[in-house]
Amino acid sequence: MIGRQEYTALVRQASPRTNEAKTLFAAFCVGGIICMIGQAVSDVFTEFLPLDEKSIAALTGMTMIFLGALLTGVGVYDKIGYHAGAGSIVPITGFANSIVSPAMEFHSEGIIFGMMARMFGVAGPIIVSGVCSSVVVGAIYYLVGVAV
Amino acid sequence: MKIGAQTYLPQRRAFISLVADIAGSDEALGNLREYIDTAIDCGEWGCSSHEKTETRMREEIIRSLLEKARLEPKDIDCLMGGDLVNQIVPSTFSARSFDIPFYGLYCACATFGQALSAAAEAVGAGMNNVICCTSSHFATAERQYRFPLELGTQPTPTSQRTVTGAGAVLVSAYPPKWRCPEITAYTLGKIVDLGCEDVNNMGAAMAPAAFDTIRAHLRETGRDESYYDMIVTGDLGRLGRELLVELMQKDGVGEGKNVNDCGCMVFAPGQKCGLGGSGAGCSSLVYCAYLHKLLVSGQLNRLLLAPTGALLSKDSSLQGESIPGIAYAVAIECR
Repeated sequence: MIGRQEYTALVRQASPRTNEAKTLFAAFCVGGIICMIGQAVSDVFTEFLPLDEKSIAALTGMTMIFLGALLTGVGVYDKIGYHAGAGSIVPITGFANSIVSPAMEFHSEGIIFGMMARMFGVAGPIIVSGVCSSVVVGAIYYLVGVAV
Repeated sequence: MKIGAQTYLPQRRAFISLVADIAGSDEALGNLREYIDTAIDCGEWGCSSHEKTETRMREEIIRSLLEKARLEPKDIDCLMGGDLVNQIVPSTFSARSFDIPFYGLYCACATFGQALSAAAEAVGAGMNNVICCTSSHFATAERQYRFPLELGTQPTPTSQRTVTGAGAVLVSAYPPKWRCPEITAYTLGKIVDLGCEDVNNMGAAMAPAAFDTIRAHLRETGRDESYYDMIVTGDLGRLGRELLVELMQKDGVGEGKNVNDCGCMVFAPGQKCGLGGSGAGCSSLVYCAYLHKLLVSGQLNRLLLAPTGALLSKDSSLQGESIPGIAYAVAIECR
């Protein structure tokens, strides 16, 4: 039988590779379109709602999260993700998708131990690393501010 | 009768007299569309969970097999089978509906080969009618091994798609009136691990196991690869099949010209199913829907079926373990 190293080399050589030109282009386009929609939503709110900039930003985020959740619920977001990859994962709509999809998936195990318990199975690491890095960045910001 | 370190000949003739199969809607649109018995209309098929759907699929084909054979559950000595869900729940839960002694088996996607070997052994030991049934469902496998269905992820270039489908065979000591194949030899598999760690490249992880078992089978039976009209592995996919042929050629086992793979047969090229199908239901569906019909109609006479399995769990791969593979080889011939 062939050795481990030799087989690993054989597998590496024979395995098809990701067509990066294609996936990067799709991610760039779809990610860009999602951000354009976000900008359009923000512009429309600024035009028609008597709110300050901070509230408009919050409302835009909420709208995009709602759209991501809605498209996940009607079974469209996974099809976008199939083609777009990171283009639809990175924007805030992707975050909504990562919470709504396990909530739908584990609904069959019940509301509490299924849906609620496993809702953050995918988004959990993002939330934890987000909180941790914001603490670190906040501490650096504070210290730099004190020094200056 | 033992004829080699891993290979046995059945003590009594073991005929695969009847088969039944069921497939998901995508599989029913694939290459085997003209051969599939029953197709389910959607993922749930009227059930409240996908595990229940898989259970119902199994119940339907076991019932259909009993009807075709005009047998009652009491006429069956043993029901053998397995699937991919934790604790093989669809297999045990579907067995609730039948008053038949039950053997639960697990060797991931190689379970069909394990079941056929065990059935040949059981017939040799005195059982007269044994049903072997294995199944898999795309949605139950995805949620267990990968991500929620609605999560927008992109498959890697080496990934395969779990087949929604099941196949059941009746292995009988009694020869039926019609032309039917029988199990003439079976080679038990060893666990083979050449250090593959990529959970999205199962074909590469299983190819060495398929090679090891096929080589042992050919050596111990004294047969050449050309003895068989077709050597069919379980779910290596296109990359795994290529690697298997490469390993066979390097070792001088054979040219691998008649090597094919159930995973490569099941989906049509335009179906976006990665490098092919996989799952415990892949080899049983392809055998029952397609290969068995070729054997009965005389288009094939000698088949070596070698279902392949990747023995990992989601935790084992997260713990950094490599993926061990296994394959069972079953010689199915019309004499």
